[in-house]
Amino acid sequence: MVDLSVSLAGVWLKNPIIPASGTFGYGREFAELYDLDILGSFSWKGTTAEARPGNPQPRIAETPSGMLNAVGLQNPGVDAVIAEEVPNLCKIFHGPVIANVGGFSLEEYAENCRKLSSCEQVAILEVNISCPNVHMGGTNFGSAPESAAAVTRAVKAVTNKPVFMKLSPNVTDITAIAKSCADAGADGLCLINTLLGMRIDLKTRRPVLANRTGGLSGPAVFPVALRMVWDVYEAVKLPIIGCGGVCSARDAAEMMLAGAAAVEVGAANLRNPYACKEMIEDLPAVCTELGVSKISDLTGGAHHEK
Amino acid sequence: MKRGIFTLEQTRNWGGGLWMLRLVGDASGITAPGQFVNIELPGKFLRRPISVHEWWEEGLELLVKEAGEGTRNLIHMPVGTKLDILTGLGNGFDVQAAKGKHAVLVGGGIGIAPLYGLARCMEEAGVGIRAIVVGFASEEQARILYTGDWVIMGYRVLVATEDGSLGTKGLVTDVLEKMLPDCHYVMACGPAPMLKAVCDLPQITGGQFSFEARMACGFGACVGCSIPTKNGPRRVCKDGPVFRKEEIVW
Repeated sequence: MVDLSVSLAGVWLKNPIIPASGTFGYGREFAELYDLDILGSFSWKGTTAEARPGNPQPRIAETPSGMLNAVGLQNPGVDAVIAEEVPNLCKIFHGPVIANVGGFSLEEYAENCRKLSSCEQVAILEVNISCPNVHMGGTNFGSAPESAAAVTRAVKAVTNKPVFMKLSPNVTDITAIAKSCADAGADGLCLINTLLGMRIDLKTRRPVLANRTGGLSGPAVFPVALRMVWDVYEAVKLPIIGCGGVCSARDAAEMMLAGAAAVEVGAANLRNPYACKEMIEDLPAVCTELGVSKISDLTGGAHHEK
Repeated sequence: MKRGIFTLEQTRNWGGGLWMLRLVGDASGITAPGQFVNIELPGKFLRRPISVHEWWEEGLELLVKEAGEGTRNLIHMPVGTKLDILTGLGNGFDVQAAKGKHAVLVGGGIGIAPLYGLARCMEEAGVGIRAIVVGFASEEQARILYTGDWVIMGYRVLVATEDGSLGTKGLVTDVLEKMLPDCHYVMACGPAPMLKAVCDLPQITGGQFSFEARMACGFGACVGCSIPTKNGPRRVCKDGPVFRKEEIVW
């Protein structure tokens, strides 16, 4: 019997598989397909203060081994989420929920987190400082250590729940941002968000996406995410949620060996709606193959020579 | 929604880059005409959403237009190929809502594909069809896409071609205005400019319109295909692809 449970800053998860924000909505669609209680947790759709319609169409483009999206943080707004999604969530999922939180100012991040802290089922706040599809005068809180730290401090000041900062890969040195968040009091890190990319339609000679650029996800980004998890694991002593291109239980094991305490699964859910369920079913055999009886023993395992 | 493995039983080249694929498998997930399926293809990350032309308990037919590498691979797959398909996706046409409305079915180009299943379901439900209006670029395209079955089945079929080589010269809107001026309710599928033109006709007071969008998941999770509606953003894949006139924002 393999023990699949893991801990994220004191939050116990029955297994390390977490559907990633933006690929799982608020759980409703997947609850029609399988019992969500098999999941360790799930990270809901990035939630902002106001309702957002998102970017114009088209928002999706295919790429070799992956996809681009430029959804642009479409969500009903934090008050509607608390009023309509949280009560439904209690019915369809009974485990700890990761609330992904977006924002356009320090005040908004803080206010959203303060409101969501009162939701009992929200176990972790995952603060998105890395969405590549919304623009604020060309800056982005996750792209500089100082602004990443400022958001971390602003959020930590208003909540007692563990705060995980979701980091962007579109930076020169992700470890500098990670350290800055750690120093500012983050309880954990989630990495990576999507990589900024684009496609051009040869027929129209124009960008495929109306937003011109979008975030790359899927198996194409897995090695990049893995390398960044590796680097951040060496740089800071915080629990890491590894995210980026994970498509199988073996990928999840690899991500944990690089340093992840748990693993988020994103684009894979969109190709195969049963991806997380199948991964959870496959994990015990992968652990047995790797010779561990506790999956948490994999975390960071690749950093030590045998 | 149901996920199932289907076996490719037949592929027929209709000409003009259009192929009819007949697949055998559990199609019980399909509950309404105008729904679509999402097909996993080897070597492609995203599935390919394709409108259902016709279906029965143990299989379905898809009219596929060669649009790129993915659809090209799909139409050239050998008979016997097994395909992982999500079926019964989206809200299709609401046949009951058309009861007593003397609805006209309107299709443009490959958009006529779901009208076959729609006409059958309306017939089965005893919902009357006033006429079927189909629009094509030319007689050549009309000959490829339109099999003539509907005439044999006794429907009044009116054809428009842009170059006037068959039927009325012009668009489906010309047919609706000139030949069906007292038609007020349509069930339409086709390119977006056609849908808008039909919806905007002063005579049209209600109807159902089937939309297309670039999709990732096809089952509502990613909201990649959301469009603005009078009820806020709605997903073409899950809340649509068929929307009522009252909720559409052009």
